[in-house]
Amino acid sequence: MSSIPMEYYLILSAFMFSVGVAGVLIRRNAIVVFMCIELMLNSANLSLVTFSSYLGNPIGQVFVFFVMTVAAAEAAVGLAIIIAIFRNKKTVNIDEINIFKW
Amino acid sequence: MINLIYLTVLLPLLGFLINGLIGRKIKNEKVIGIIGSGTVGIAFVIIILAFIETLALPVENRSNTVELFTWISAAGLNIKFAYLVDQLSLTMSLIVTGVGFLIHVYSIGYMHGDKGFWRFFAYLNLFIFAMMNLVLGDNFVVLFLGWEGVGLCSYLLIGFWYDRKFEKGTTSQAAKKAFVVNRIGDFGFLLGMFLIYFTFDSLNFKEVFSRAESFPVAELTFGLIALFLFIGAAGKSAQIPLFVWLPDAMAGPTPVSALIHAATMVTAGVYMVSRASIIFASAPAVMMIVAVIGLVTAIMAASIGLVQNDIKKVLAYSTISQLGYMFLAAGVGAFSASIFHLMTHAFFKALLFLGAGSVIHGMHEEQNIQKYGGLKKYMPKTYLTFFIATLAISGVPGLSGFFSKDEILWSAYANGGFVFWLIGAITAMLTAFYMFRLVSLTFYSKERFDHHHVHPHESPAVMTVPLMILAFLSVVGGYIGIPKVFSGEHGNLFEGWLEPIYAPALAKLATFGSHSHLEEILLMAVSVAAALSAIYFSLYVYTKKLQIAENVSIKFKGIYYLLWNKYFVDEVYEAAVVEPIQKGSEKLLWKIFDVKIIDGLANGVASLVESGSGIIRKIQTGITQFYAVVMMAGIAFALLWLILSL
Repeated sequence: MSSIPMEYYLILSAFMFSVGVAGVLIRRNAIVVFMCIELMLNSANLSLVTFSSYLGNPIGQVFVFFVMTVAAAEAAVGLAIIIAIFRNKKTVNIDEINIFKW
Repeated sequence: MINLIYLTVLLPLLGFLINGLIGRKIKNEKVIGIIGSGTVGIAFVIIILAFIETLALPVENRSNTVELFTWISAAGLNIKFAYLVDQLSLTMSLIVTGVGFLIHVYSIGYMHGDKGFWRFFAYLNLFIFAMMNLVLGDNFVVLFLGWEGVGLCSYLLIGFWYDRKFEKGTTSQAAKKAFVVNRIGDFGFLLGMFLIYFTFDSLNFKEVFSRAESFPVAELTFGLIALFLFIGAAGKSAQIPLFVWLPDAMAGPTPVSALIHAATMVTAGVYMVSRASIIFASAPAVMMIVAVIGLVTAIMAASIGLVQNDIKKVLAYSTISQLGYMFLAAGVGAFSASIFHLMTHAFFKALLFLGAGSVIHGMHEEQNIQKYGGLKKYMPKTYLTFFIATLAISGVPGLSGFFSKDEILWSAYANGGFVFWLIGAITAMLTAFYMFRLVSLTFYSKERFDHHHVHPHESPAVMTVPLMILAFLSVVGGYIGIPKVFSGEHGNLFEGWLEPIYAPALAKLATFGSHSHLEEILLMAVSVAAALSAIYFSLYVYTKKLQIAENVSIKFKGIYYLLWNKYFVDEVYEAAVVEPIQKGSEKLLWKIFDVKIIDGLANGVASLVESGSGIIRKIQTGITQFYAVVMMAGIAFALLWLILSL
């Protein structure tokens, strides 16, 4: 494992993050946007684990557990919201959910 | 009893609270009346006891202060709520509670059956409470408290019958007029108080007056203070140019006219001038103004009284005229004579008003003396007491009015000069004339009322007994102030009693020239002869030869017209003051300043914000991803900036 340099992991993490950002900004389906947010969270997790492993400090991995916990809770709430919106609007297309305006 | 003097203030307040709060529930008029007059009656007894106690003290200890609590205490300004019990305040309190009590009793009969019976007595008690604060206060602030309080009660009671018409308007308009004109005077009084505090660093009577003697103060300052105080006094006591409210104040019930607008409240100005005698004495120029205004008011009001037909209106102008006398006295330095006349006037003018009330009561609310006539046989008691009061006010020798009026005329001659005396004597003549015109047209002469609808009757005892007591006082009230020229070595008792109050002022004036007794008796004889001939002439004209009065009014049409319309003072004020203020308020202040400038400013700011934010709020698209893009762009920019600045 030590044969793979740290940069590789970080680049992968950065790539995943960028894919997540692009997805959030571009995609219209709320579910996909939601998945992209998860992708961003996990890319951050990857960075944390990488640093933890290379620097020999376990705190980074502890962080990851917390992030996963929060992500799980967020997924539950987020999906519930999406279902609620779908029941009201018959759509999960976030272009059409623009009631928060002037 | 001196230490219990605060009870005389608290009792009427208590009466006001009981009648005012639960009076509506007490259906029984007797209970309300007894509470209302009883509290004032007890106060009167306490004052008498305090008076006797003070009389027993040596002269130098007769001025006592009763401190209740510290009222205002702030950075150098220390106002105590305290009452000053001295010769002057005791004299005033005796008049206020004594005459006040009689009028309260009278009101039980007069206001019988009125739906506002309880309200009336509540207001009357409140008035006595305020008036007692006014006369007993030991500093200018307590005096001012009472001063405003009596003004409020005057307003409430003039407009008491708020649903009735009065002349061209309503009673509330008359009440408002009284209040507003009084405010002009109060404004002057306030300025005077400020200047006193600024100059003497105190508002306490004793401190201010002793400092007025010792402080090196410019005469101009004294003059300004005195002038401002006099403006206040002119407002309250209905002197030129602020007298216009008093005739309209007759819109109130007659006992109110007797108590407030004849006997007590309107004399507050005289009391205040007399209390601040040292300040006035230090400003000779203002003393002159006071005397001249008093004199002009006296003769002007008396001349208007000659032709009026409303019984209360004649008495109202008579009151203004007599108040002018009091100011004339104060202006020539005869302060005790002005208070003496205040007292005798309180007796006979209250009696005249109550008698007029009794006549109005018996004539079914008719107030026009042209529609009376021959009432003597229907109302003997009212007639007799009214006649005595008329004799007293006309200055017939032996009655109270003679002594006080003569004292004033003599002082006017001795300190003012012959012209002052002459105008004063002419006023006395006019007074005798119009008063006997009133008596003739009311009680003698042909019966001119409609016998089918009007059945004149005598009033009940509850009304006539106070009349008799006041008639008794109108006769004997003068004997405590017999002039020196008759009483010899005893001197004038009333003057001697008040002398310590005025000693500093009189020492400063020191203009009492020496005149022979013969001169005094001669002048007295002339003025008495003038008054008696006026009485005779008046009786002759108005009982036998009414034709003469008509001929005169036709011959001197211009003067008659002028007097009938009261010198057009109301019209002039209407055109010069009221109209410009109304027009200015409507056309300039409302339509331009308020609507265009104030509203324009407020609305302008609002519409500016609205149109500005109308552009900015377009940013809120409601599309979540747009927000996300902005956020990302922001983060990207921040990162870029961080990297570049490394």
